[in-house]
Amino acid sequence: MKKLRKKIFGCAPAHTVFFGPGRKEFHPKKPRPGIEHYILEAAKDSVAQVKNPGALDQGVVGNFMAARFNRQAHLGALLPEACGELLHKPCMRVEGACGSGGLAVIAAANAILSDMADAVLVVGVEVQNTVKAMYGADILAGAGHYSRQRKDGHVYFFPDLFSRRAGAYYEKYGREDTRRAMAEWYAQAIENARRNPKAQEFHNADPDPRATAMTEPNAKAFLEHINVFDCSKVSDGASAVILASEEGLANLGVAKSDAAEFAAVAQCEGNLARDPEDPARLDTTAAVASKALAMAGAKPSDLGLLEVHDCFTITGLLALEAIGLAEPGRAAPYLLDGKARFDGECPVNATGGLIGFGHPTGATGVRQVGDMVMQLTGKALDCQVKIGDARPYAMSINMGGDDKTLVSFVLRAT
Amino acid sequence: MNLSERLENAAVIGAAGKMGSGIALLLTKELARMKLSPEGQGKVYRLALIDVSEKALDGLLGYVRSQVHKMAENSVGELRVLFADRADLVENGEMIEEFVGQAMSVLRPSTDLNGAAGARIVFEAVFEDEDLKIDLLGRVREHVDPDAWYMTNTSSIPIGGLDRKLELNGRIVGFHFYNPPAVQKLLEMITTYTTLPELKEAGLELAKRLGKKVVPANDIAGFIGNGHFIRDGLHAIGAAERLREGGEWAGALYKMNRVSQDWLVRPMGILQLIDYVGVDVFRCILEVMNRYLPDRGLHCDFIDILAERKILGGQNPNGSQKDGILRYEKGRSVAVYDPERGDYVAFDPNGWTGEADRQLGALPDGFRPWKALVRDRKKDEALAAHFSALRVSESEGAKLAMEYLKTSKAIGEALVKDGVANSAGDVNAVLTNGFFHLYGPINEYTG
Repeated sequence: MKKLRKKIFGCAPAHTVFFGPGRKEFHPKKPRPGIEHYILEAAKDSVAQVKNPGALDQGVVGNFMAARFNRQAHLGALLPEACGELLHKPCMRVEGACGSGGLAVIAAANAILSDMADAVLVVGVEVQNTVKAMYGADILAGAGHYSRQRKDGHVYFFPDLFSRRAGAYYEKYGREDTRRAMAEWYAQAIENARRNPKAQEFHNADPDPRATAMTEPNAKAFLEHINVFDCSKVSDGASAVILASEEGLANLGVAKSDAAEFAAVAQCEGNLARDPEDPARLDTTAAVASKALAMAGAKPSDLGLLEVHDCFTITGLLALEAIGLAEPGRAAPYLLDGKARFDGECPVNATGGLIGFGHPTGATGVRQVGDMVMQLTGKALDCQVKIGDARPYAMSINMGGDDKTLVSFVLRAT
Repeated sequence: MNLSERLENAAVIGAAGKMGSGIALLLTKELARMKLSPEGQGKVYRLALIDVSEKALDGLLGYVRSQVHKMAENSVGELRVLFADRADLVENGEMIEEFVGQAMSVLRPSTDLNGAAGARIVFEAVFEDEDLKIDLLGRVREHVDPDAWYMTNTSSIPIGGLDRKLELNGRIVGFHFYNPPAVQKLLEMITTYTTLPELKEAGLELAKRLGKKVVPANDIAGFIGNGHFIRDGLHAIGAAERLREGGEWAGALYKMNRVSQDWLVRPMGILQLIDYVGVDVFRCILEVMNRYLPDRGLHCDFIDILAERKILGGQNPNGSQKDGILRYEKGRSVAVYDPERGDYVAFDPNGWTGEADRQLGALPDGFRPWKALVRDRKKDEALAAHFSALRVSESEGAKLAMEYLKTSKAIGEALVKDGVANSAGDVNAVLTNGFFHLYGPINEYTG
């Protein structure tokens, strides 16, 4: 297994509010900030955390579908507007569906590892509330295999793919405990989000989210195997983080104690043109997790914090099994035993995850890295979990499409 | 010729009006559905939209387009099935646009009656004026298929009279939609002994296709809905007259409006409902009923005075309420019209309205308004408790409410006794479905 040929650090994390239904101030008919506003807010907030922005060598934007959601492509060229020091320096936008944010961080890491850069600004962004849900579903379906899957697909294309995965999982491992564990996942996401003022579910006041999430799925109204609480919502938001070499950190004027170190940088691609062999497993997720853990020289039991791509509750369960924290079919007892809770042995999605914090698709991979940096530098405020020496690593899984583009990072404190 | 064949060439007369536009929308959806079905392939569907104003027709097309669009968005699942064989339509958005385009393509707006040429089924929704309807339908008859069926959206005018005067030989039924037609589930269908059996059958089928619940009514002026509403309104105005005892109108009207809304747990007060329907429409219906049912006290000076002074209520083009018996600001009533002063008297919680509220007395403990009960599965229990508290209360509000409740029940029972409705259940169905009352007028709450 390859090791990182030099040290890479993450610093200067920043998030906008993740906005959309659920936030008190959200009203579908009221005007909202556009994509440019989000890019600028996150990027400026990040850059303001370094003493010398002139040390930034490159910029990367992770974004999935701004060309359709916002009629705006060419997002790399907006970075010099956010940070004048990037003018005439390399900037680009990368895309890998909902894994776009993770890919942007990969692109930054590659630039540093190839000695082409010592400090790279990474911004992830998506603004999706520009269209109604049924049109948003069309746009997001671009993460699937359009020519093969879309015509016969459901109105809500992606939720349907994961509803089918849930159905296959129920069939293989039993429905009752799985449904309870999915409700537990939802409830933990909401409870964690209530500690995070920037989360889309921050204002959620449901006195019994576990009961709410047990609402029986209804194929006539939505889907056969999952309900709306099993799904992340439609979100607008951006996150930013700066990646730097040791030299880059010094040039930026950022203290090592304000940065976290990457122990692993991993990316795997599945085959878009093929269906999964076993819908009750996430094969590509398993591949990327094992690659990342191997690079870090870590075991699942060394993880003290996890950022999982829970676009749907079932995806969260499947990811726990793919990482190896739970045996296949055993994610439900793992969750119901409280192991993933905020005060559990390995807290999962401490700021709310995709279901609680929100899922501006292109932002999510960057948001996960930013949150791990905040946690490992002790700056996570009310969301801060204790990461002790026994489990020193934080790990993220960012997924594009139906287990197709996978990005995983392992970080530790400096 | 069956219903589907007739619908291939249909016309709405008075299409841009309040009722006509809703009927036009319902038919547009139905014709689009037929056109896109396997049976509709290769056929031409046309829905003539006839009205006097080009501008109003233009507005109608915009309204229909936006509503059909919304409907298509809310039924994309069905569209995905409908367009399963259309390889060129893949995304939700493409199917929605295609459906809207197909629906709009059936519309033939015109200010000329000739636009309805050859129509085999005619929906008439002009103002509630018998002479106007007769004159217009007489002219329409010159253009449409000689064997056409007529569905008239009257809420009060006897169908038998129209049939005779227009010499239609049973080719007309009353097809009384409730306002707004696109939303309200209820449809009162009025037939006479001369109505063609196949038309009666087709009317029931069409109502079902349009998603309506049919309550049959017999051919007596006012039918069930207005038979109750008009008399209910007259009771409230009469009670206010007695309440004021020659004194101020404002307090008495205010009290009756509040009693009918809060004490009777209705969606809105009776005066607000008259304003919503329109004072002029109320008066027209009253005149029709009085003409066909003379010497039954179906007359009201108060309403005549308001109508003559152009205090008419009804809605603005944007749907907001116009001033009528009450004055409205941002949808809330803020003043009441006093016919003796010739002006509105502003509500004054620290003055006369506060005093009127004090005189009415408190609502029973645990009172919950219509809005709170409408989705409550146990609303019947709540209503029973509410009315049994009213029965033993000595407050003025409770006494007025009980008198009102008994009058409403008597009106309902008379509709059955006089043969307007076939059963108490039909009367209650009209009031609960068409007027959104939580309970029918024929009930046990009077004790």
